[in-house]
Amino acid sequence: MPDISTLAFWLLAAMTIAAAGAVVLLKNIVHSALYLVLTFVGVAGIYVLLQAEFLAAVQVLVYAGAVAVLIVFAVMLTRRGDIRASNLFNINYLAAAVVSLALFMVITMATGRMAWMATPGQAPASNVGAIADAFLGRFAIPFEIAAVLLLVAIVGAILLARGGKEEQ
Amino acid sequence: MITLNHYLALGALLFCIGLFGALAKKNAIAVLMGIELMLNAVNINLVAFNHFLEPARVTGQIFAIFVIVVAAAEVAVALALVLNIYRRRLDSNIDELDWLKW
Repeated sequence: MPDISTLAFWLLAAMTIAAAGAVVLLKNIVHSALYLVLTFVGVAGIYVLLQAEFLAAVQVLVYAGAVAVLIVFAVMLTRRGDIRASNLFNINYLAAAVVSLALFMVITMATGRMAWMATPGQAPASNVGAIADAFLGRFAIPFEIAAVLLLVAIVGAILLARGGKEEQ
Repeated sequence: MITLNHYLALGALLFCIGLFGALAKKNAIAVLMGIELMLNAVNINLVAFNHFLEPARVTGQIFAIFVIVVAAAEVAVALALVLNIYRRRLDSNIDELDWLKW
């Protein structure tokens, strides 16, 4: 009888991998976008298993919420022609498959022979408090820079998407 | 018993699926989806290392949050670029984006 967290890991991992495979393999890009949301939710579940509840909430809000909506918007604004054949492979797909498989085998072989050394210690009872301390203490400057980066990205995205004058 | 290596294998598999999608797709938005899968795989690795190797501090989770921030900025700018290119070319097929080729 496997315990509940083992079972949850295998279920979440299977769901995440299956949804990611559907993102890559389906021919309709709207379906791909919806399976992408499922992948993000699966990853959020993995975070919960790893006791990163705050990160799971951020994942659901930012990825499954904002990024997914952005991608669906972009799909809807750019589609032309047959939606059922909107997400096809290019001519390099065999080479891409070989490269991806080779990389996977290299990574699994390399991690399989590593002897990880854990530092002893207890996880803090409240993740949120520890993250807040880190953000406003040790990582205060990267935190502020991230805020500036987001502002710049928003302004840049608006400028780009609005477009310039018509060229004619 | 689920060990660190299980999570690393999951992250590696997700990364390679994303890499395959980013390399093998015609549609620019599908390439972006592949990149998002790769970034998620990296985040799984960071959080797993945090959980198994250094549970007393939350450094891995902080890194994952920064990755999420940068990914959100990246996807916003990239989709604006795709929209702009589509408006000029009426196409989001990256094989056709060869203006810089001579």
